[in-house]
Amino acid sequence: MKFIIYRFNPETDAAPYTQTFELNSAEFTDDMMLLEALQKLKEQDPTLTFRSSCREGVCGSDGMNVNGKNRLSCITRLSELSQPITIRPLPGLPVIRDLVIDMDTFYQHYQAVEPTLEAPIKDLDHEHLQSPAERDQLDGSYECILCGCCTTSCPSFWWNPDKFLGPAALLAASRFLKDSRDQNTELRLESLDDAYKTFRCRNIQNCTSSCPKGLDPSKAIAEIKHMMLKKSL
Amino acid sequence: MNTNLQTDDFHFDAIIIGAGGAGLRAALELAESKHQVAVISKVFPTRSHTVAAQGGINAALGNVSADNWHWHMFDTIKGSDYLGDQDAIEFMCREASEIVRELEHFGVPFSRLDSGKIYQRPFGGQSQEFGQSQATRTCAAADRTGHAILHTLYQQNLKAGTSIFSEHYALDLIKDQDGQIAGLMCLDIQTGEYRLMRAHHILIATGGAGQVYRTNTNATINTGDGLGMALRAGLPLMDMEFWQFHPTGIAGKGMLMSEGARGEGGLLRNADGEAFMERYAPKVKDLASRDVVARAISIEIRQGRGCGPNKDYIELDLTHLDADIIKKRLPGIRDLCLTFVGKDPIEHPIPIHPTCHYMMGGIPTNLHGQVITKQNGQINVVPGLYAIGEAACVSVHGANRLGGNSLLDLIVFGREAARHLNQSLKTKSPERFDPALDLAPVEQRIQKWQNSETSNNSATSTDSIRQIKQDLQQVMEQHCGVFRDRATMQQALPKLDALSQRLSQVGLQDRSNVFNTERLQAFELDNLLAIGYATLHSALAREESRGAHSRVDFPERDDQAWLKHSLYFAGSHQLDYKPVQLKPLSVESFEPKARVY
Ligand SMILES: Cc1cc2nc3c(=O)[nH]c(=O)nc-3n(C[C@H](O)[C@H](O)[C@H](O)COP(=O)(O)OP(=O)(O)OC[C@H]3O[C@@H](n4cnc5c(N)ncnc54)[C@H](O)[C@@H]3O)c2cc1C
Ligand code: SF4
Ligand code: SF4
Ligand code: FES
Repeated sequence: MKFIIYRFNPETDAAPYTQTFELNSAEFTDDMMLLEALQKLKEQDPTLTFRSSCREGVCGSDGMNVNGKNRLSCITRLSELSQPITIRPLPGLPVIRDLVIDMDTFYQHYQAVEPTLEAPIKDLDHEHLQSPAERDQLDGSYECILCGCCTTSCPSFWWNPDKFLGPAALLAASRFLKDSRDQNTELRLESLDDAYKTFRCRNIQNCTSSCPKGLDPSKAIAEIKHMMLKKSL
Repeated sequence: MNTNLQTDDFHFDAIIIGAGGAGLRAALELAESKHQVAVISKVFPTRSHTVAAQGGINAALGNVSADNWHWHMFDTIKGSDYLGDQDAIEFMCREASEIVRELEHFGVPFSRLDSGKIYQRPFGGQSQEFGQSQATRTCAAADRTGHAILHTLYQQNLKAGTSIFSEHYALDLIKDQDGQIAGLMCLDIQTGEYRLMRAHHILIATGGAGQVYRTNTNATINTGDGLGMALRAGLPLMDMEFWQFHPTGIAGKGMLMSEGARGEGGLLRNADGEAFMERYAPKVKDLASRDVVARAISIEIRQGRGCGPNKDYIELDLTHLDADIIKKRLPGIRDLCLTFVGKDPIEHPIPIHPTCHYMMGGIPTNLHGQVITKQNGQINVVPGLYAIGEAACVSVHGANRLGGNSLLDLIVFGREAARHLNQSLKTKSPERFDPALDLAPVEQRIQKWQNSETSNNSATSTDSIRQIKQDLQQVMEQHCGVFRDRATMQQALPKLDALSQRLSQVGLQDRSNVFNTERLQAFELDNLLAIGYATLHSALAREESRGAHSRVDFPERDDQAWLKHSLYFAGSHQLDYKPVQLKPLSVESFEPKARVY
């Protein structure tokens, strides 16, 4: 099995290059995930650098671009991939080393939507009440693991990484807009109502097709726009 | 020499090492106090392993059926096989309801009941009326409770303005010339710079160390770094023989299938299709305590009733449950099952096997989270040092933790330690940052992994950090797993010595400063190996069976000799002991009784 992997070490390399690796058939099994294969390749070359942690698709550490699609290596089956397997860092953000990218901009956009519940402080003898139907509204947004697969697949983000918040941050914004406990709906919508922050989204849908958790940020963005429209009427 | 050592100009009131549930809850409490606090984490906060917790957090809210903290306290003590400290357990169970509602106020998206209140599900070892009927005590956000809590705490910390040093690796505690803990050495992973940080107080919240076993539910980052640091600082670890093997990990892989699956009605079946837990725990069956269920599964397999061609696993059967319940209450484990088993649990039973899950032991603390040690027969507080979460041992879990009690432990003692620390800071001395520091030990350790090149000696040049780690995990699994005996454990000691020898000789092939993951793994392996020793020595000495520690050669619990906590010191692998606190804060003691479910 053949892998073509993007390599770059800022201390020693003037420019990025690709390196070809091989795994022989004795080294892999049918149900092996890409992350396990990368770990085996790292045995061949311990300088190969990537992030990973949970091994089960919940921590969001190991987003990477595999055969042109953004994915989490730990839940990508080798058997689904056509060969040779080409692996690159997630696009659109600076590379720190090999497959490790600098996600600061991504995190700043998340922070910029003020992703914190704003609810009246009640006494701690009672929880806020929320009906199961109201709680259902949060399904599809609270599960985001901040892996960045969506945002780094979005052409609008590539062109305006500083100004367009990107699908992950907007999905987080929608999570709070939809929470029946939250009281800041108006303020949130006002602050998102901006030609760049939200409206750079051209509904290209790359984000939704790259989310490894099956979430739909593109729909969430459309809903935010719809809420703004309703508010202005 | 070039160790990229930065100057001594990072001074804080408090440093929290770890940004999981425990670290972030403490940070939030401190952020509101206007002190200078830094949180250090080797991964971005939401990547901490609290994110993986599935089933829920216990509190006697009584939203589904009658409940109170005193029953919760009884269950926790019984679950601990009477090794838990009853003062700490009372404290935790009393705080539980408030702490969970506070989480809800912070924004945790708990699932809801028709009443609009927080959804609760039954979990193993829970009872009403001190052991009578099953209680329903575990508060859940579907089966993603850890994710919901961790992300919410991170969001609250963003608002509170907590300073977080992400992708910074804490290497070692630093002492001053008087031997007082005075700071921390850490490594900026992205640049490779070493950074000395001084602080009045250091709070260790580095989580568990399940990576010491081959098959486990833990993340690769769970390497017990805080425990290694404590040992190297001459401090003991407590109750390290007690490791929880979760009954239901995906067979051969380890990923957790939450106890929530049985809480929602799932059943364990052997090759004959028999729901065998009935034989082991007639009353509560599949919802017996984890140690009991894990042993039952191991016995079924040993006696030839395992499933599959090799008869080496058991099945967790959810197929009789309503598909909507599975989709709504267990979406995360359904996903994991589809991904890693390739089958939908709505239609097919899940192949499972016990897997290393949780470390009951850890850095000993009192109920304010202050680290304690034993010197010359005296139990003393270690000034300036706190520990919380899975890295700590308060001890509320004793010899066996109940499901849903760890998340509770993180949040309760995270808040309590921060409150206590806040008080201590009122009398902080300005001279704290003057004394000279004893940097020699940490510099030596840095040198070792900074300069070690793969040698030309052919015997060692083919060795690698990854290989040594895998061998360690094998040794621990084979020699100190669900069932233990003296002979098998004894054979492991020379094996650990050999691993230790290899670790001292192995070199690194990656010599860069920027994001050097091979070097990080070397630092982590130092800690894992130290934990391997702590576990084996503590387990060999304890000649009884209690909770998760099952000695085939000593099958009974022996309260006369062993109703006490083990303390392990790394120096020459000495063991010492500390009495169990049987006296609660306000209620009557629960006297040790035979444990039947
Ligand atoms: C799969 C799974 C499911 C679980 N489900 C439940 C459940 O349903 N209910 C329940 O009560 N419990 C559950 N548990 C147990 C519980 O989740 C853990 O015990 C708990 O989350 C540990 O939290 P923590 O804050 O102590 O550590 P962690 O969340 O592991 O965080 C440790 C932190 O320390 C940092 N760190 C570690 N070493 C260093 C270092 N050297 N330098 C800098 N930073 C460092 C890490 O970056 C991380 O931020 C589960 C555990 C697992 C594995
Ligand atoms: S739908 Fe919007 S956010 Fe998603 S990829 Fe397209 S432009 Fe980007
Ligand atoms: S929406 Fe999906 S792809 Fe985007 S950050 Fe969240 S989990 Fe990742
Ligand atoms: S390693 Fe955590 S998501 Fe892949």
